[in-house]
Amino acid sequence: MLSLLPIATPALPLDEAGRYVAGAYVVFLALIVIYVAIMAAKLQRIERELRELAGFVEHRANGDGRAAPEKERATSDV
Amino acid sequence: MYGKGLRPLSIATVAALVVSLSLVFFYAPLDADQGFIQKIFYLHVPLAITALIGFVIGGVFAILHLRSGDSRWDAYSYVSIHMSVIFGVAVLITGSIWAKASWGHWWVWDEPTLVSFLIVFLMYATYYPFRYAIEDRERQARYASVFAITTGAFVPLNFIAVRMAQSLVHPRVFATTNGGLPGSMMLTFLVSLLAMGLLWVTLVKFELTAKSASGQIKRLRRALDAPPSGSTPRVAPEVS
Repeated sequence: MLSLLPIATPALPLDEAGRYVAGAYVVFLALIVIYVAIMAAKLQRIERELRELAGFVEHRANGDGRAAPEKERATSDV
Repeated sequence: MYGKGLRPLSIATVAALVVSLSLVFFYAPLDADQGFIQKIFYLHVPLAITALIGFVIGGVFAILHLRSGDSRWDAYSYVSIHMSVIFGVAVLITGSIWAKASWGHWWVWDEPTLVSFLIVFLMYATYYPFRYAIEDRERQARYASVFAITTGAFVPLNFIAVRMAQSLVHPRVFATTNGGLPGSMMLTFLVSLLAMGLLWVTLVKFELTAKSASGQIKRLRRALDAPPSGSTPRVAPEVS
């Protein structure tokens, strides 16, 4: 596919304009990647909390009457 | 609840972004005036339009919240504004890069389009401290909704004011009198706009899903902490 690019399109100018265009698109991509990374961290935390709760429910079913485990840190709320 | 349809939406968004980028770099012709640097237009303008529409949508959700008192609408409003602020950051950075390449300056203060967008962005940047300065959840949601409606109404007014302002610097690319976009450029722009819109909706849905899951875990924890009784505690599905 990449080998077809020079035939399908005119040569991309890699002068100053190219650097600015690349910069703009890289900034956009970087913002998306940062956002996805933050979301991934949030989902990991949710998964961990679910595991804790599942463990607690299991203990309670076995007759161990402990309170639900406290959260390690406050979850962000709207 | 919020995660329903997220996978096909995400796939559609990625596909739209790939098609959009392909059109930008391999289909749309080089601009006769600006040359290659004009490619930023297909990123910067759809981002700006999506962000501004997102702010207005946040205001509409806030109206629904005030009318119904349902905290779900408040969550929608919050997430819409949150995502539009992120898009706004991208708009300001990509716009500055384009300005530097085209005009030789990172920022131009006598350009109404730039300054008005900055004002809108800064207004919404105050949404977070304003919201979280209020401890009571009910009041917080109500006041935030009033803020979202007021600033949301300001966005179209601001847009009209800018269109009415006379400027020789910022080109009005959609004006038919001064030469609009040719067909191939317009198609590329519309696909880019669609891709950005889909990205915004997908990210809003992601955020709502995460917040909903987090809220449900909280409620589960509270329900499990409560002393056991004959009735099973109800776990509300709404985002808190």
